[in-house]
Amino acid sequence: MTNEKLARGADKPALIVGVLLLALAGIVYYDASQQTITSNYGLGPTAMPMVACFGLVLLGLAHLFVAFREGLPKPEHADPVALMWIVAGLIGLIACIATGAGFVIAITILFACTARGFGRRALAVDAVIGFVLGLVIFLVFAKLLTLLLPVGPLERLFL
Amino acid sequence: METALSLINGFSVALEPSKLLFCLIGVFLGTAVGVLPGIGPALTVALLLPVTFKLDPAGSLIMFAGIYYGGMYGGSTTAILLNAPGESASLATALEGSKMAKAGRGGPALATAAIGSFVAGLIATIGLAFLAPWLVEVAIKFGPWDYFALMIVAFVTVSATFGDSPLRGLTSLFLGITLGLIGIDKLTGQARLTFGVPELLNGVEVTTLAVGLFAVGEALYVASKRHRDPEEIIPIKGSLWMSKQDWKRSWAPWLRGTAYGFPIGALPAGGAEVPTFLSYSTEKKLCKYPEEFGKGAIEGVAGPEAANNASAAGTLVPLLTLGLPTSATAAIMLAGFQQYGLNPGPLLFAEKPDLVWGLIASLFIANVMLVILNLPLIGLWVKLLAVPQPWLYAGILVFATMGTLAVNASPVELGMLFLFGYLGYLMRRYDYPVAPMVVGLILGPMAEAQLRRALQISLGDPMILLENPGSATLLGLAFIALVAPFVMKGLNKFKASED
Repeated sequence: MTNEKLARGADKPALIVGVLLLALAGIVYYDASQQTITSNYGLGPTAMPMVACFGLVLLGLAHLFVAFREGLPKPEHADPVALMWIVAGLIGLIACIATGAGFVIAITILFACTARGFGRRALAVDAVIGFVLGLVIFLVFAKLLTLLLPVGPLERLFL
Repeated sequence: METALSLINGFSVALEPSKLLFCLIGVFLGTAVGVLPGIGPALTVALLLPVTFKLDPAGSLIMFAGIYYGGMYGGSTTAILLNAPGESASLATALEGSKMAKAGRGGPALATAAIGSFVAGLIATIGLAFLAPWLVEVAIKFGPWDYFALMIVAFVTVSATFGDSPLRGLTSLFLGITLGLIGIDKLTGQARLTFGVPELLNGVEVTTLAVGLFAVGEALYVASKRHRDPEEIIPIKGSLWMSKQDWKRSWAPWLRGTAYGFPIGALPAGGAEVPTFLSYSTEKKLCKYPEEFGKGAIEGVAGPEAANNASAAGTLVPLLTLGLPTSATAAIMLAGFQQYGLNPGPLLFAEKPDLVWGLIASLFIANVMLVILNLPLIGLWVKLLAVPQPWLYAGILVFATMGTLAVNASPVELGMLFLFGYLGYLMRRYDYPVAPMVVGLILGPMAEAQLRRALQISLGDPMILLENPGSATLLGLAFIALVAPFVMKGLNKFKASED
């Protein structure tokens, strides 16, 4: 395993987290330095960002230090295919909402993809379940809670 | 006397049919999610927040409290029958409980857990009812510096006691505090960390972060390690009821567990883990049959379960009287209060006594409902464990996105939900606790506001924090709590010896 090799030198995840924390601290610092409104008395709006920035720098350095010691806990092997299905479902959902395809279709995609990610092999059956679930939720929200979920061409048929 | 009167008033609110219904829904949902592996009370309340924001505040809050208590009850079922604790507070229960179930004594194990939870919940709720008004008296005298110091204490204890590593806990906390900076500064109108994205001007929604971290993150994490062997349900054999011997061996651990759970939960010392493990090791020492420990001693279930429930009631003390959440569920419940424009604290006791005391009274009712629901319906709860995992998690994601869509159906909001979910997955993978991040997002802006108010009063002199005895003591405590784990790592060693 390459992981074992790296562990002897430096723990890669801990290094990455350390660098990311320092980068985040840099962004917070930059944003605070660009602020134009200041307070005449007491603390201004830049004080708290500076505190956060200071904390992030300390934690980032601590991660870099830890990277050369015990590092972060070694995670178990992750199943990339399962993750990809769920991520695809979520991206499909966002795409549906962004393009105005409506709530029911978005939920159908999300439900079917997630079930697939968890190892079900019946994509069509799950899509039907997701469709019915989405429609029921949409109608309950619209009629009982008077909350309107995103409406697409399909939802207009029921309103 | 005053407390008794307030409590009677509270019962008159809590016994209204609509409130009873909310309470029943709450405990039912709570038990169900407690039983289901992988979803806890914090996530359930977070999922329900967006759906309930048009409902009656008192009813919704009663329902949330019911979910909290129910989740604590239900967690024991999974721990005992699956040896898969749903949350860290059930770890100790699983140690002896699953052994009892394997030895055919699953019934008595579930019974002592349920009755122990009832006893502990009852005593701890009485404690809450009598401690709260007293604490409110103290809290009225608090200045902004005291509140600031209290929040620092909560920051430290929440991030140092959740999870195993203070470094990872603090990292999670600071990520939350940084997220809390996003949006328009309330005092000056300065936009911070918004990068010109208009959706960010109002800041990051607590529910978006919580649902992303808890629901989406958990689903991704469970899916990623699905290839592992599925857990097996141990069937309940024999009688559900406890024998005379069981009762005799259970009552003292119940009381001792309560004595650990309530004070530790009430202090801003974070979480139910510590008291459950303290209770477990105490029972192991005091037990007349030490040879049974590790093979299924009933004391090892009775004590930790009582401690677990008592601490749940305990965390409501700082939440209601000071507005200070010390557990993940309490943090989400605080967001629940805020969504109705209510701020827990001394003022709430004065302005909305009906709501506060109704909520406290409903906790007694929830406890009674839970013990009635749990014992006879145990078969139903066990069946819940048989829901296929793909549908369970697909359903969780549907509900998670539904909540976000109902409040703010923008692709930006969904994108944030998704990013927080992926972050939650990575944090779980590398063993970073997620709760401190939620607490940081909620408490960060509150701490900032209190600090700035304090320094405005002192005309910018930061020494005001150290000159006031209250805030000085609290800051000292926070400092000790921050440094102590690095110095001795005592709790970790203790935990290791229990495993």
